Amino acid sequence: MTLMSLFRRRNSAPVARERLQVLLAHERAFAGQSDLLAVLQEEIIAVIAKHVSIERDRVHIKLDRGDPISTLEIDVEVPSAAAAAALRGRATARPAMASG
Amino acid sequence: MATVIVVTSGKGGVGKTTSTAALGGALAQSGQNVVVVDFDVGLRNLDLVMGAERRVVFDLINVVQGDAKLPQALIRDKRIDTLSLLPASQTRDKDALTAEGVARVIDELRQKFDWIICDSPAGIERGATLAMYHADAAVVVTNPEVSSVRDSDRIIGMLDSKTARAEKGERIEKHLLLTRYDPARAARGEMLKTEDVLEILSIPLLGIIPESEEVLRSSNLGTPVTLGNTNSAAAKAYFEAARRLRGETLVVSIPAERKGFMGRLFGRRAVA
Repeated sequence: MTLMSLFRRRNSAPVARERLQVLLAHERAFAGQSDLLAVLQEEIIAVIAKHVSIERDRVHIKLDRGDPISTLEIDVEVPSAAAAAALRGRATARPAMASG
Repeated sequence: MATVIVVTSGKGGVGKTTSTAALGGALAQSGQNVVVVDFDVGLRNLDLVMGAERRVVFDLINVVQGDAKLPQALIRDKRIDTLSLLPASQTRDKDALTAEGVARVIDELRQKFDWIICDSPAGIERGATLAMYHADAAVVVTNPEVSSVRDSDRIIGMLDSKTARAEKGERIEKHLLLTRYDPARAARGEMLKTEDVLEILSIPLLGIIPESEEVLRSSNLGTPVTLGNTNSAAAKAYFEAARRLRGETLVVSIPAERKGFMGRLFGRRAVA
C-alpha cells in the first residue's frame, strides 16, 4: 500500500456524495416524466423518417447525465440511396413506421 | 451455452447487488460474455453500484413492453467490454413486468451472452419470483445472522418449487455465498460459523466473502469490487466464487486483508 492509495481510500465518500447529488437531482426533476426519453426518441425518429428512410434498429441513443449539463446523443444510421429505396419498399409494408 | 443465474436472499441488505456486480466483473475478466440484469423495479441500484447511473436510457420494462429493443437498453461497461448491464426501471411499478415479457428478454439474452446474472429484489413477491423463474443456478446470499439464514431457507424452498426447472422436475443448482463474514468474531463464538450455516441450509458453499472496507469503497466509487482493488480480500473471495461457478473445484478459503506497513499503522484509524 502506498501513500497515494491511502489518500484514495479517504476520497471515496466525496465521490459517492457527488454521484448521488447528480443522480438524485435528475431523478427528482424528471419524476413523473419517466417516458420523456421514449417520447423524445419517437418524435425525433418521426421527424427524420419524414425525410429519409431509416430503420428503427439502426438508431442508437446514448445519455450522460452530468452536472451542470447532460448530453443526449442520438445516432441515426442513414442508409445509402440504394438501400434507402429498398427500405422504402419495406416501409410501405410496415405502416407502423409511417404512423409518426 | 448460456447460464442464467439468480442472485437472491429473501432478506434485504445482505449484499445481493454487490455480489451481482462483483461476480459479473470476475466472470467478465475471465473472457466470458456477461450481462447483469437488475430486477428490482422501482428501487434500482445495480446501475449505481456498477457506476453506470448516468448512462441509463432504457430499461428492462421498456424492453419487456416493446418500447425499446434489447441492444438499445444494454449498457456496455466502460472498463471491460465483455460486461453489460440491463437496468431496471426506477419509476414504473413492478407489475409492469410480465412473465411472458421476461421470458422473451431472457431468451434473447441467452443468444448474446454466456452468463446472465439476475439481481433479485428482496422479498418473496412477484419481482423476486420473476427474477428466479428462468434460473439454471442460484446464488443464495446469506449473512451469518439468524434472520438472514431463516430467509435464505425460505428462498431455497421457493427455488425448489417456483422456478421453471422445478416445474419441469429438473434440478436447480443452489450455491451459498456467505457475505460479511468476520472470521475473528466467528472464532470467538460471537457469530455463526460457516459450518453452522451450511449445516442448517445444506446447500454447497460457493464462497465466503469477508467483511471488508473495500466493499463500501467500491460502491462509493461505482466500481464492482472485482474491477477495482483486485488485491482486496473481498475481491479475491469473489474471484474464487466465480471460478467455482464455472465449475472449478477449489478449497474454500477466507482471504484475509493483506496490510502493508502503512496499512498496519493506519488500519485501526481507518476502521474507527
